[in-house]
Amino acid sequence: MLYAILCYNFEDVVGAWSPAEDAAVMARLGAVEAGLAAAERLGATARLLPTTAAVTLRKGREPLVIDGPFAETKEQLLGFYVVDCGDLEAAIAVARDLAAANPDRGAYEIRPLAVYRPGHLTGARARRVHRRRAGA
Amino acid sequence: MTIANIDAAWIDAALTAARPQAVAALLRYFRDLDTAEEAFQDACLRALKAWPKNGPPRDPTAWLILVGRNAALDGVRKQSKSSPLPPEELISDLEDAEATLVDRLDGEHYRDDVLRLLFICCHPDLPATQQVAVALRIVSGLSVRQIARAFLVGESAMEQRITRAKARIGAAAVPFGAPDLEERAQRLNTVAAMVYLVFNEGYSAGGKELLTRGALCDEAIRLARLLLRLFPGEPEVMGLTALLLLQHARAPARFDSDGAVVLLEDQDRALWNGRMIAEGLALIDKAVRHRRPGPYLVQAAIAAEHDRAERPEDTNWQRIDLLYGDLEQLAPSPVVTLNRAVAVSKVAGPEAALAMIEPLAPKLSGYFHFFGLRGGLLLQLGRRDEARVAFDQAIALANTAAEAAHIRLHLDRLMKEGAGG
Repeated sequence: MLYAILCYNFEDVVGAWSPAEDAAVMARLGAVEAGLAAAERLGATARLLPTTAAVTLRKGREPLVIDGPFAETKEQLLGFYVVDCGDLEAAIAVARDLAAANPDRGAYEIRPLAVYRPGHLTGARARRVHRRRAGA
Repeated sequence: MTIANIDAAWIDAALTAARPQAVAALLRYFRDLDTAEEAFQDACLRALKAWPKNGPPRDPTAWLILVGRNAALDGVRKQSKSSPLPPEELISDLEDAEATLVDRLDGEHYRDDVLRLLFICCHPDLPATQQVAVALRIVSGLSVRQIARAFLVGESAMEQRITRAKARIGAAAVPFGAPDLEERAQRLNTVAAMVYLVFNEGYSAGGKELLTRGALCDEAIRLARLLLRLFPGEPEVMGLTALLLLQHARAPARFDSDGAVVLLEDQDRALWNGRMIAEGLALIDKAVRHRRPGPYLVQAAIAAEHDRAERPEDTNWQRIDLLYGDLEQLAPSPVVTLNRAVAVSKVAGPEAALAMIEPLAPKLSGYFHFFGLRGGLLLQLGRRDEARVAFDQAIALANTAAEAAHIRLHLDRLMKEGAGG
């Protein structure tokens, strides 16, 4: 089974860290990641830019782009994509395609990444997932 | 976050982060700046005692407002010898009280609270540097000592300055009514200009001063992000935030180890902060969608052109020239034209640029960068005697030791070449 671990914290507080503090935290997390990576258990990891850099595509008959992060608490986080896009317009276009494919309800928050590492998932469990996808 | 690892540094950062919102809400409640600040201070002291024991509250800002408000009311009650309110250990467990407050915080009310707090620091009678000092004290919560160091003045002088400025603010009528759309837009403009001033106080610092003054740049970015969270759909707030990020991203490369200025074209671009650049570019993308370009957005777009270029020769000067043309339309000023002339010199040569800045001479006769650029253009044209005069004038007008040292380098080179030829 693959698990996603989603990181939540106080953005204000994290944003007020000095570069040295930030680097120290990242180094401590990096040590944990290194152990997982060595065991080929670590998939893609990402650190997001602040919520102020986000826009949200609200699904509907005419999907609406709203400035700012996803703010409602009625819906739950169900998944995410990481897509390489030239600019925000390209990212919004992808979200529009996704919304057209699954138009019912909800929203897509579009947030640029600060850090992205593709990961090292080459173990048996990951291969099983790959095969399943290849067979589909 | 578990209770065990909530440490003093975390609490400190949380209190700093909560300050603008909390003081702003307390100001609305008490309608008096000193009372609001004292109430917040009180709440912070209680947080330092309560949070390590109970863990941090779900919403630190709401907790601080509630406890600060009760503490101040409690003080009033004690004076009138009536019964005190329950201690904050109990309050932190009263999820309901917190929840209703959080609901109220989400409203427009709250957004105007923070805007008001920033706006009263921009009192038109206060000179720009005092606006900045007061905002850093009241909104950012920097100590008088920190502010004095950032402004390179003595602590008691800064204390006096802030006290006097606050007295002026206190005497003025604070606008507590809800602003209409136009008023809100005006306040936002004034406040954005003040945030930019805070940034420039840090940005204009010399290399040796950077350690103490550079903090002002971080503070300005924090304030800009705060504004952006409150007004997520304002393209100029996106533009302002992007501008600050894109300029500050180059900070690690702007001075060498001796504190001397390193020009943009000589900077080690590997030292630039890639994350800040990414955030700035993302904000520009967002702002552009509104199709209402304002001065901050255009300036951010100019900074972005520099930040995007991997090598100086990759810089798209043609586009920068066009953007400065836009800026001349939106916010005409001789300094904008002077900056445009740099782009023109790259696109059309030093002669065209020189012709562009000559008419600015009467308006910019006291401006260091005018003579610096003039000298540089004259030098490119081989008019060395005139260049020397311009450089001498620049040195006489230099604002920092680093600026003067940079021009002196040009002069030394001229002298050497003069001796050799």
